[in-house]
Amino acid sequence: MDFQLSDDQRALRAGIRELLAGRFGRDRMRAALDAGTDVDRVVWGELGAAGFFALRLPEAEGGVGLGLPEAVLLFEEAGRVLLPGPLAATHLAAGAVKGAAEGGTVVAVLDEGRPVAHLGAADALIAVVGGEVRVLEGAALRALVRGAARPVRSLDPLTPLHRVTAPAALGDPLPGGGAARFRREGTLLSAAEQLGSAARTIEMAVQHARGREQFGSPIGAFQAVKHLCAQMLVRAELARAAVYAAAVTADPVEIAGAKLLADEAAVRNARDCLQVHGGMGFTWEADVHLHLKRAWLRAGQWLTAAEAEEALAADLC
Amino acid sequence: MTDLSCTPEEEEFRARLREWLGDVLPGLPAEPSPDDWPGRRAYDTAWQRMLYDAGYAGLHWPVDAGGRGATPTQHLIFLEETERAGAPYVGANFVGLLHAGPTIATEGTAGQRARWLPPVLRGDEIWCQGFSEPEAGSDLASLRTRAVRDGDHYVVSGQKIWTSHAEVADWCELLVRTDPAVPKHRGISWLAMRMDAPGVTVRPLRTLAGSTEFAEMFLDEVRVPVSHRVGAENDGWRVTMVTLSFERGTAFVGEVVACRRTLAALAAEARANGRWDDPVLRRTLGRLNAEFRALWRLTQWNVSEAQRAGAAGGVPGTGGSVFKLRYSQARQELYDAAAEVLGADGADLDREWVLDRLTSLSYTIAAGTSQIQQNIVAERILGLPKGR
Repeated sequence: MDFQLSDDQRALRAGIRELLAGRFGRDRMRAALDAGTDVDRVVWGELGAAGFFALRLPEAEGGVGLGLPEAVLLFEEAGRVLLPGPLAATHLAAGAVKGAAEGGTVVAVLDEGRPVAHLGAADALIAVVGGEVRVLEGAALRALVRGAARPVRSLDPLTPLHRVTAPAALGDPLPGGGAARFRREGTLLSAAEQLGSAARTIEMAVQHARGREQFGSPIGAFQAVKHLCAQMLVRAELARAAVYAAAVTADPVEIAGAKLLADEAAVRNARDCLQVHGGMGFTWEADVHLHLKRAWLRAGQWLTAAEAEEALAADLC
Repeated sequence: MTDLSCTPEEEEFRARLREWLGDVLPGLPAEPSPDDWPGRRAYDTAWQRMLYDAGYAGLHWPVDAGGRGATPTQHLIFLEETERAGAPYVGANFVGLLHAGPTIATEGTAGQRARWLPPVLRGDEIWCQGFSEPEAGSDLASLRTRAVRDGDHYVVSGQKIWTSHAEVADWCELLVRTDPAVPKHRGISWLAMRMDAPGVTVRPLRTLAGSTEFAEMFLDEVRVPVSHRVGAENDGWRVTMVTLSFERGTAFVGEVVACRRTLAALAAEARANGRWDDPVLRRTLGRLNAEFRALWRLTQWNVSEAQRAGAAGGVPGTGGSVFKLRYSQARQELYDAAAEVLGADGADLDREWVLDRLTSLSYTIAAGTSQIQQNIVAERILGLPKGR
């Protein structure tokens, strides 16, 4: 047993962190927010060139040949910087939908009964309906967007949403795609993004608590603030152990537990970070609301707390 | 996160251990009641002797201290398998095996190791811990028990409290103030004191669980040989930190496995008595499943980190604080859920889990309160400024 990152995994994480810092730093994120850009195709292409989407395709098929643990590290980094776009769907479609692996195609996902994120920017749509995974492109997709899709005013300004009614059995079956595996991996990658966000809001809270002075000392010297920050770390570290282990085992119950704990870590850490920021935290200028809104959104995607808890309860019997 | 599997050698170790447990456990006598301390001492030490004879005593201790020099992973397997098989808890051997023993192994002289370690491993001698005082709990370094040199002895006077197993212990790992003139952390020494020495009075304390699992201890001019001091005079604080890093490290590993077993039993009970149909309770049990699975993975993460660092059985104290904070809370929630499963029987002290619920109240207090652990996490891991 050696349940720690390998040197290669550390290098991979450092590499993607550096890439994202250069291509989607805070200024770029705020510019996208102001401009209302949800998917930046230049960034999307750069991610594709860096192997973000083709990471798990075999090398013989032009991929990088790595596994779920490495994918989880990339998605954790994407979650840290609030990278918008249907990252998981495009990653999962790589190799099956033309152009997805290279980052030339934006692939959104329709999970029956839930709003669809980034439908307007999508070149392809994967529909997970019952036990089937189908893919819509071109005319079929345009027809769906025109007919059955209605825009929703989204909670998260960087994630536009559509409600899609009557997801008829349109499109072709996705090659190699069983619905169960698709959902499992989407859930895990989403949990990894939540983990990244939870870790980032700790840094934001700690930085603020060290610099902001009240009553003649940094607020981080007060136990009330310290204990908020300590609990943030405890949540994130438990979620980290759960997410990383689920990436190694790919076990469905372990993935459900990872999503449950990562959702909790992302949402509650963002709330606590907002509290540590005081009045500043309630403003549009502070980034913390963006983390909270995205975390709330992801908590409702792929696997909700209620669904995860039922799956984990069923495992006890 | 490269590898969660075990090597062939580790799997072989696990298989041999399982086989041995399967052979010996059915023949064990019934466990004594929680209040029968002489009975529990006999039971716990007999089990330790069986472990010793089978070569499993002091598994993670260094070989030159009489241990087996096992890797942290092997130690983890040992704790996992013994708990899974329902083997006896470490019990009265706790302080000797997990505190005093490792401290003496790390900090003691050759003579001290030869005198004190083999009886711990064989189950011949029981240790208790004389750290806390009425005025020095979380602020342990402000302890007042004085030790004054008189020739080749220290003369010790003062009072200790929360001393688990004091009634049945042969030795006490005792923290005393040997220099009151210097800052509080610098004037402390670590002594091994015989519990039958003249001047030692033990008075049992009744816990809210109704039992007498710990005691207060009055020390009236107790003479302790200077040769029973482990580490340098006034260096006891550093020596103690060694002990505490063991306590916060692997001390709870077996208990996480035990919690997972309890959770499965709760689910079975709930299905049998119809409470499983309550979706709120069912989801609570599902959430606890996620908690204890993740706590087990966090343990494996910490142990792997320690193994990479080359540490023998311990894990960094700060990682231990993160673990203990969540674990102590989750274990209390586990027994609250048990009360829900039991329904009307939740008030029956003879039903399983009811006494455990009372006992679980100590987890957020013992071995450093949750509030102190949060300060440790905030200051030592997150780097927030020290408070006043």
